[in-house]
Amino acid sequence: MPGASAMRRRPLPGFVGSGLGFLRKQPFAVAGLAIYLTFILLAIFADQIATHDPREILFRGAYRVARYLPPSATHYLGTTAGGRDVFSQLVHGTRSALQVGVTAAFFVVVIGTLLGLLSGYLGGWVDRVIMRISDIILGLPFLPFVLVISALTRPGTTTLVASVALMLWPNTARVIRSQVLSLRERGWVEAARVTGCSTPRIIFVHIAPQVAPLAALYGSIAVGWAILTEASASFLGFGDPNAISWGLMLQDAFANQALSRGVWTWFVPPGLCIVLLVLAGFLVSRGSEKLLFPKLGD
Amino acid sequence: MKRFAGRIAHAAFVLWAVATLTFLLFRLMPGDPTLNFLSDSFSEEMRADLLESFGLDKPLPEQYLIYLGSLLQGDLGVSFLQKRPVLDILLAALPNTAALTITALVIAYAFGIIAGAFLAFARGTVTEGIAIPAALITRAAPEFWLGMLLLSWLSFAWGIFPSAGANVAGSEFTSEWARLTSADFLWHLILPALTLALYLQGLPLLLMRATMLEVLNDEFIVMARMKGLSRWAIVMRHAARNALLPVATAFALGLGSSFGGNVVIETVFSWPGLGRVLVSAVQGADYPLAQGAFIMIAAVLVLMNMVADLLYAWLDPRVSVGARR
Repeated sequence: MPGASAMRRRPLPGFVGSGLGFLRKQPFAVAGLAIYLTFILLAIFADQIATHDPREILFRGAYRVARYLPPSATHYLGTTAGGRDVFSQLVHGTRSALQVGVTAAFFVVVIGTLLGLLSGYLGGWVDRVIMRISDIILGLPFLPFVLVISALTRPGTTTLVASVALMLWPNTARVIRSQVLSLRERGWVEAARVTGCSTPRIIFVHIAPQVAPLAALYGSIAVGWAILTEASASFLGFGDPNAISWGLMLQDAFANQALSRGVWTWFVPPGLCIVLLVLAGFLVSRGSEKLLFPKLGD
Repeated sequence: MKRFAGRIAHAAFVLWAVATLTFLLFRLMPGDPTLNFLSDSFSEEMRADLLESFGLDKPLPEQYLIYLGSLLQGDLGVSFLQKRPVLDILLAALPNTAALTITALVIAYAFGIIAGAFLAFARGTVTEGIAIPAALITRAAPEFWLGMLLLSWLSFAWGIFPSAGANVAGSEFTSEWARLTSADFLWHLILPALTLALYLQGLPLLLMRATMLEVLNDEFIVMARMKGLSRWAIVMRHAARNALLPVATAFALGLGSSFGGNVVIETVFSWPGLGRVLVSAVQGADYPLAQGAFIMIAAVLVLMNMVADLLYAWLDPRVSVGARR
């Protein structure tokens, strides 16, 4: 098909092209990316940065567990009620937070985009079925559902990630769907159809790249949601008890009277880390929102 | 009117689907629901009796029909552990959750709407540079952690507020209403409600600001400015009214999702509400109670989603209910 290549010309997503210039104009997005980068480095080099084994019960002197030690040169943030090093737990917690956030976001984006594309382009009964399912999921209370699933199956990271993905894809799918509804009426899609492109080809080659930035936007928000959900579920005792995570640290601190003892160095840092990581997602998405919808963001 | 009926039918469908899903979830999951309830000393016969009394010996389709029938009659079964009707336990917890949610939402939206409206005027100022990230931070913080901070600061360090519960232990009241309006209850309510409000205010604030910015460019605002109306009059009488639309919808949606989302706040403050009932029922493998609490939370959510849709259509005649999806 010699004419097809000319026909296939369509507006570039513009995502890559204006990316660099946009970074300079978007201090929020740059700040968000910097936070992401810091945490990724922390996660990669956790073994080198942490001063102790996060699971090791530390002793001082003759068989006395090193409980509630104040911050010092050896324990930057002191120790927990169980005699474990808070700073090392904090550093290692980055790994599980990123792992949960990124995997959940990945599934949210993949499922949401795929179903949104199918629903929007195919219409008809496919659209109706997918939209009805998303209606039902939006009728399920988010955190209670995650708790019930965790309780009825084996609590753990996999269950958490799966239930977060299951609960969050409808939001992405709906946005993608409405975008596809307008895209499929555009000239270049019409042209592809006329030149005999197959339906899968139109959906995945012609339309999918156009909605990719939007999907990425919802993905960066899903990272935050997943991390918050993991923290809440762990705090309520539905997380993976063997993991080292910020949510479990907070639960440990709460259950061991860190609040009434005023052990700030134990329960403030994990929360701050969660705030920073979730905030990074918001900042990045706000920045890219301006890139995607320039009219809104002036 | 036809659209109205359609929206109600839609909500009924979602409720039915949620109820069915809940049924399947609790019946088909691996593990015997009575296992946690029965001790080893129970004989096989006692076990069979017990299964029968909970209707668990019948085939699944029959169980399902019985389940749907009793749901419609408001019968949620009997709690495994407390041996009381589930509905009674839930209805005892409901006022606490409602009081917490509604108080927090009203504070959050009153603050968010006013602050958001004025931030729309503060474009490009230092105030905006501080306020927007601050609002984002409160939305990024885990609710229970905000609660822990306030608790350790205002309750444990300064001793201003009580740290747990909804009433002083052992206090008695002539009626539920007397309890909910007692100074003691309100005193216990302040800290959890403030925490929840702090978490919730970011959404109305950002939403109000964004819609105000849109509205402020509309012709009728330019007209009002040309008439020489004061800034306050323009904000409150002309712009805010029109910008309130999405905020009102968000309020209804927030009411629905907070009922279930309160789970963590209720745990931090040992607040005896629906969320706590759910968590302890799930932890104690009290399936009828967990199932009932889940369905009640879901029902409030579905109902408020419907209210939000109808409210949106009612406030903005340009939108038809059907056209939104």
